[in-house]
Amino acid sequence: MVKLLSEFTVGESGKVKKVNGEGLIRRRLFDMGVTPGAELTMRKKAPLGDPVEITLRGYELTLRKSEAACVEVEL
Amino acid sequence: MKTFALAGNPNCGKTTLFNALTGATAHVGNWPGVTVDKREGTYKGEGGSVHIIDLPGIYSLSPYTPEEVIASDYISNGKPDGIINIVDATNLERNLYLTTQLLEVDVPVIIALNMTDEVEKAGDKIDVKALEEELGVPVVQISALKKTGIKQLMARAAALPAERKGSTFFEMPSEGDMEGAIANARYNYITEKLSPAKVKKAPKGELTKSDKIDGVLTHRVWAIPVFIAVLFLVFHLTFSENLFFLNGFTEEMGWMPSLVELGLAAEADGEVVYNNFGVEILSVFYDGTVYSPGVILTNFLNLFLDHISDGIITLMENGGAAEWAVGLVGDGILGGIFAVLGFLPQILTLFLFFSILEDSGYMARIAFVLDRIFRRFGLSGRAFMPMIMGFGCSIPATVNTRTLADEKERTATIRVIPFFSCGAKLPILTAVAGGIVAAFGVGNADVITFGMYVFGVCTAVVCVLLMRNTTLKGETPPFIMELPAYRMPAFKNLMLHLWDKTKHFVKKAFTIIFASTVLIWLFSHVSPSWKYLPDEEMQNSVLASIGMFLQPVFTPLGFGSQLGSFGWVFAVAAITGLVAKENVIATFTTLALCIGAYAGNGTEEGVEELAGLIDVIAVDSGISRGELISALIAFIIFNMTTVPCFAACATAKAELPKGKFRWTLLFWLSVSYIAGAMVYTVGAYVWTLAIWVVVIAAAVAGIIIYNKRKKNECC
Repeated sequence: MVKLLSEFTVGESGKVKKVNGEGLIRRRLFDMGVTPGAELTMRKKAPLGDPVEITLRGYELTLRKSEAACVEVEL
Repeated sequence: MKTFALAGNPNCGKTTLFNALTGATAHVGNWPGVTVDKREGTYKGEGGSVHIIDLPGIYSLSPYTPEEVIASDYISNGKPDGIINIVDATNLERNLYLTTQLLEVDVPVIIALNMTDEVEKAGDKIDVKALEEELGVPVVQISALKKTGIKQLMARAAALPAERKGSTFFEMPSEGDMEGAIANARYNYITEKLSPAKVKKAPKGELTKSDKIDGVLTHRVWAIPVFIAVLFLVFHLTFSENLFFLNGFTEEMGWMPSLVELGLAAEADGEVVYNNFGVEILSVFYDGTVYSPGVILTNFLNLFLDHISDGIITLMENGGAAEWAVGLVGDGILGGIFAVLGFLPQILTLFLFFSILEDSGYMARIAFVLDRIFRRFGLSGRAFMPMIMGFGCSIPATVNTRTLADEKERTATIRVIPFFSCGAKLPILTAVAGGIVAAFGVGNADVITFGMYVFGVCTAVVCVLLMRNTTLKGETPPFIMELPAYRMPAFKNLMLHLWDKTKHFVKKAFTIIFASTVLIWLFSHVSPSWKYLPDEEMQNSVLASIGMFLQPVFTPLGFGSQLGSFGWVFAVAAITGLVAKENVIATFTTLALCIGAYAGNGTEEGVEELAGLIDVIAVDSGISRGELISALIAFIIFNMTTVPCFAACATAKAELPKGKFRWTLLFWLSVSYIAGAMVYTVGAYVWTLAIWVVVIAAAVAGIIIYNKRKKNECC
């Protein structure tokens, strides 16, 4: 099953399938290790529900829901 | 001399290594072309000296933010003799991503594997040999913090060949979406070939201490209350004269006896005389209330400075020095400089707390928690960092905006940084607030101070909203950020921060502020026909004439002509503040001492002088209490939000896009003038509130309607 990262609930994990979006956001996601094949886990959501915190490649990354919507993840 | 550049991810211990390598010789270098803050220093080892350059942290060679441009430009075009790539061993995978990019450049590289001790503590191990073989460049284990492995690192760096051909470690994908494919191939290579070098032993899935702390600090409900409590505690420990409200929340609830009431001291001519030196020391910690650490340190320094200044003046008087000389040294030089130096302990305490919050990783979490709120104003949570740094000093805060990728966001942030009241403005807040409390016996100094900080933040919020909806419109910038692991702040690093700050401050006190106070004293004791005037005739001085000339400008703000014959002091103080904000209080103290307005009922420098000055003005001008208090608050606000000191202006000019600085100056002037006028008029004449509300509502409505029309036109 493929799901957008922005739709993850806390505790869910998966493997990145595809990174959409354009230009800067996309490149930034790649640089930070969000590449196809990377495994990630949704760690938590900020008090106001956005941004979110994920664990990947052994560290913590935070991104907004709008940016997480660019990432397709295979559950 | 060989030149090595330090490159690595942000927060991998680069600056710690830089300091360990260069020691006390580190200095901030000015670079042609690029503005400031690419630091350089010298490493002195057994094999001679090596030039070291500390580059801003980067995640990849594809630059994204302005500071990343600086670093990747230097690596590609700066022609260093070698690059020392610092790799955080606790975060091997992502750190090696940059490494594989660096190795593609034709430059000798050596890898410094930092924080291996932490990896080992967690039970893991890294096979350095295997890593070295795979990458083909030397890999040395170090601990930048504990200074281990540094000699080996530099010895092997010195032995690097003069040239190295860049190499690619993975097969270039031939077709399709290149950008994604390359990034992917790079990470695949790292996971397959390099990560096995890290042997995992630690069981996964257990909650670490860091996770537990994080659970509270970024909790869905508690995060924001905890943040507010932390900020309050920081200010309370720094400024409060009533630690933890031990003496009750209000004056009436106070139960602790003062030293005079205890019979340990006596009051004579408004001055407190302590029974013996022991009691005087006790008064540093306690006098009617228990003081906070920040206030205790301030009291200590002031006790010391008072004795020095008394000693020098007595010595001069006994030695038969002329009246003007005693005045110049006592009121001009010592009065001014010591008043400013006296604030150093509180500035350092505040700075220490902020350093702890930053080094521990809490600040990054705050950016995470607050991003949603910042987005409403058209900024990202990242903008929080430079803003909070602004509480320390506007200059590093302005430089720090380089971490913001979006130019409009940067411009807006740089413009509001001065509203986050810096350390040098602190004396204005505490002295004027203290003066109000001492002169009128109303309120609570640390509540007024805290309120002023809050006012500054609110002004910043309003201004950002205004700019992002008018002159600096644009998309909200992205927010993709690493959240560093919580770390215990290193004592040594904290002390280094503090020492830097102290040096900077003391140097400023003895140069710019010294010169300014001497000039102020001179111009206030010389008539327009260049004759010496004693203190009593200061009204006829050059400075008084200048101040009186400028005074009407400040009348709408309450500290202009209505303050009567001594109102010019405020005009002069506001103007001298443009050079350095410490000058405002230095000016007050110097002039107040000369006017003879010394109430002598406090221990804090600046406060009693100001209280005395307020008394004199109140009697002289005959204006009402409410009006005078409003005018004083307006004075604080004007100084807090107006054009910052020269040094901060120069930094802002360098960091802002071309042509924006002029408008920024105008922006600062108008904001401070409007904010000051608003506070004064509403405070003194409540009915004016109605006018302000109408004017603001009209302006907001105008902007919204205009923006809606614009939007309809383009779509």
